[in-house]
Amino acid sequence: MNILGNIKIALRALRANMLRSSLTVLGIVIGVAAVVALLSIGRGATASITSRVSSLGSNLVTVSAQLRFGPGGAGSSGASLLYSDYESIISSVHGIGAIAPSYQSEETVASSTRSSGYAVSGVTPEYMTVRSYTLAEGRFINAGDYVASSPVVVLGSQVAADIFDGLSPMGRTLKIGNTDFTVIGVFVSSGTSSGTSSGDNVVLIPLSTGYSKVFGSRASENGKSTLSSILISASSADVVNSVISDVELTLRSDHGLKLTDTLPFSVSSQAQALATLSSITGTLTAFLGAIAAISLLVGGIGIMNIELVSVTERTREIGLRKAVGATQRVILLQFLIETMTLAILGGVLGIALGWAIAEVVTLLGLITATVTADIVFLAFFSAALIGLFFGIYPAYQASKLRPIEALRYE
Amino acid sequence: MIEVKDLKKIYQIGDTEVRALDGVSLKINDGEMVSIMGPSGSGKSTLMAILGCLDIPTSGIYWIDGQEVEKMNDNQLANLRAHKIGFVFQQFNLLPRTDALENVMLPLVYDGLSPKNRMERAKEALEIVGLSDRMHHHPNQLSGGQQQRVAIARALVNQPSILLADEPTGNLDSKTGAEIIAIFQKLHRERHQTVVYVTHDSFTARHTERIIHLADGQVKSEEIVAQPLIAGVAHRESADEPVTNTTATNKEAVR
Repeated sequence: MNILGNIKIALRALRANMLRSSLTVLGIVIGVAAVVALLSIGRGATASITSRVSSLGSNLVTVSAQLRFGPGGAGSSGASLLYSDYESIISSVHGIGAIAPSYQSEETVASSTRSSGYAVSGVTPEYMTVRSYTLAEGRFINAGDYVASSPVVVLGSQVAADIFDGLSPMGRTLKIGNTDFTVIGVFVSSGTSSGTSSGDNVVLIPLSTGYSKVFGSRASENGKSTLSSILISASSADVVNSVISDVELTLRSDHGLKLTDTLPFSVSSQAQALATLSSITGTLTAFLGAIAAISLLVGGIGIMNIELVSVTERTREIGLRKAVGATQRVILLQFLIETMTLAILGGVLGIALGWAIAEVVTLLGLITATVTADIVFLAFFSAALIGLFFGIYPAYQASKLRPIEALRYE
Repeated sequence: MIEVKDLKKIYQIGDTEVRALDGVSLKINDGEMVSIMGPSGSGKSTLMAILGCLDIPTSGIYWIDGQEVEKMNDNQLANLRAHKIGFVFQQFNLLPRTDALENVMLPLVYDGLSPKNRMERAKEALEIVGLSDRMHHHPNQLSGGQQQRVAIARALVNQPSILLADEPTGNLDSKTGAEIIAIFQKLHRERHQTVVYVTHDSFTARHTERIIHLADGQVKSEEIVAQPLIAGVAHRESADEPVTNTTATNKEAVR
């Protein structure tokens, strides 16, 4: 008795009860389709969140002074990040791709018609590279501007539109504090409002210009220039962690802190934020998968139920097959193949349906669902496994029947 | 050759012990056509089931072609059923939705023969029972007599050393029954097929060479039939013994 013959017998038995077989298969189809669709949607959501976060630069390390809420008053800093810290980080930390110090302060920005408060940042030419900003027109602050402390400014698209009432901002003059600045560039509208990382509301001037003409004494402590933050783009994702620890060591030594002291600075990477997000979406995907698995389980119980009925209905057939020489093993195999056929058929159809659902979801633009090979394999093998698991008991029941009792069954 | 010694089959139904077989010993030689006769409840069907390896005795010894059956495991019994025994049932027991040819091929499927060989042997067997023209009919398209002929072909197809028939004419009218008996006689005469034929009817039994009378699970007597009747030629009226057991017939049918 070969497998092929068994499959033929199984198909004939299933065809004989077309409606019943179809409904049983439907249970598995829905279960498998749910697994495929939900897992691929979960995957898609994870991928889209991850890509959004990594578009901020997954190699990005942010160094900033930690705000202390203590006796010194709300917002007073425990220690100031100094311009000299930036210099020593450059000289002692390896694995830096680009580094951009900045000082940020709330200033009044005014054109001839409008005036409003904006967070003005003094930056270096590397800043644009580190933040991955794109210019819509003009140019960014260059080394020449920096050395000469030129009064030039680059604006985010929103600021530019607001302050000049929609007129082209290029080459126009605006007042920051009491100094006139010329607009030399405007960034592309990023369109997304992902909080502080949005480039639409920035007002960027050369750090040197800021120190000398805008920030004044607020940006100095004991005669030393201070910084709000230092952005470091690590040369690769692999060195992010070593960059973080090197930066921490440098800051400790610069500020005379022992290893046991609490570092008054925050040194963190996007990768850490990414890992947190990934674990959240991963949990979500697993949760969706678990719900889908429950429906698959229900489908499996449906198969088992139908097979038990089938064994009872065909008791005499089993008796006859045994009477003409079928062994227990052959009968076991016959019924097992029957359930496996149901389950695998349901699995294949379910994968197709789940895939179609994922495609529709993608086409509707809700989320880019990604059906991957591992999801398909997982769904297929769980369907086959369910067929095997829920088929064994009815098949065993059938194989165990004594021929004479089976033949006399009414 | 078949031999059983002190065969017992005891069922426990509640508190009562039912001795379906109570020490049966008998011997059936190769090429013999023997009938086992007895009233309903005499244990003849139980004996048949054990001879056909469909059931196992409570105690006793059973040899078939020198092999001791009661010591065999399930697989060995299945093998025996596949190769040594052909069984014809009262209720035909054909697979529905399966044509005559495939029904006949069924035992060969478990024999591991190639599909081509199976087909040839099944066609041969159907020819023997005179059903070559009905090979692709399904059981529900065949008359009772034709269905029983398919069942006989199925029993023959693996060339068994012994053909067991358990009231094969029980569900048929007397004319069709005679045709079926004629087939068994032909197999016996032309192919020297060993046939064991169970019946409650003495007229049917007189078509065989030897009658073993069974009652209360025991062999009561054996009778050699000097001149076995020829099926279809002899008639009930002309038989030596009148038919007595009509009530048993009805009971059997109800069961």
